Amino acid sequence: MSLVFAGVCSHGPGITGRSEQADPAVRDAFYENFHRMRDAIEATRPDALVVVAAEHFANFFMNNMPSLAIGMAEHYEGPIEDEAWLGIERRRIPGNAALSKRLIERIMRTSDVAYAEEWLFDHGIMVPLHFLTPRYDLPIVPVNINCQGPPLIPLDRTWEFGCALREAIDNVPERIALVGTGGLSHWPATPDSGVINEAWDREFLERWCLGDREALCAFTDEETYREAGQGGFEIRTHVAVAGACAGSKGRVWFYAPIPIFAVGCTIATMEVSEAGLAGNDPSGDER
Amino acid sequence: MSLYQLQKLLYQLNRDPHTRTRFEADRGALLSDYELSEEEEAAIRADDVGLLYVLGVNGQILMHYAAMCGYEWHEYLQAMRDGLERHGPVRRGLYATVWE
Repeated sequence: MSLVFAGVCSHGPGITGRSEQADPAVRDAFYENFHRMRDAIEATRPDALVVVAAEHFANFFMNNMPSLAIGMAEHYEGPIEDEAWLGIERRRIPGNAALSKRLIERIMRTSDVAYAEEWLFDHGIMVPLHFLTPRYDLPIVPVNINCQGPPLIPLDRTWEFGCALREAIDNVPERIALVGTGGLSHWPATPDSGVINEAWDREFLERWCLGDREALCAFTDEETYREAGQGGFEIRTHVAVAGACAGSKGRVWFYAPIPIFAVGCTIATMEVSEAGLAGNDPSGDER
Repeated sequence: MSLYQLQKLLYQLNRDPHTRTRFEADRGALLSDYELSEEEEAAIRADDVGLLYVLGVNGQILMHYAAMCGYEWHEYLQAMRDGLERHGPVRRGLYATVWE
């Protein structure tokens, strides 16, 4: 059918694993917007959720690192992390291998992409699913962009991949929801964990909401590393979603730095069609 | 090359129960499978998370190893800070990147 929902969210493991250490007021407002995104996704009656993620050496390592990969399995498992550490129980997550295959074949017309018939989800996918599909009853198509082990795919090619993904989504009969998850500025798992560059994050989100390809792709990795840390490389997931929604505008539903979650916690959506879909909610701005 | 090998060892410890069993049974035998420098091998033998950080291990790999070694989150962060204090700046890998 087509894309029915598009958005982006954060995925830091602290969001579920260190929940008790966060300021309850800010944490709960963030969770509320995650739940609001869940409701918005459910309202679009999707047949599958495509998650554009930035995994952290769960499946892919520097011995054989794909820049872009898509899962093509009937089911997945996660989280790989210790369940108590992450605060999420290990489980099986439904996939849809046939749908994945059709998407991959279509994407391959214009973009190179690896496929994987096995895929273990780390916090990068499990934290969003914990909030967005808490019953784990919606088939997932996992997509990965290497944001961890340089060399990394350039941002403009990430945008183009998003365009190819959209074209593929619009050519399958299923109703597809799309969520990108990563960044923004953060220095995860380093001595600077908890540092957040709010000004940089807001500048990025402004460009993202404008759907401004040139402005989004103007961030260099050097600048991103300096201003937004190595975690900032994960903006690729957001750029891909913006590419998939080229011509649309975005809205930030929630943004707040939460240091114990080690990231500026973000929930934002892109408009994808005329009526009733995410992003067209008149009360949709940050609150 | 050996940072790659060091990270490979930690990645496999994180991901593969068989590697972890071998690690617990005979650390020396497992380490001989990897091309490690003497300093890297010593850091692993001592569970020295701070030194491993300085040697360039990516935090997304190191944090799971630290958890395996029993470090609580804040202890993990402190171990890296102590490593920097003791051994100086990160020497290789992503955190030592010099942009051209």
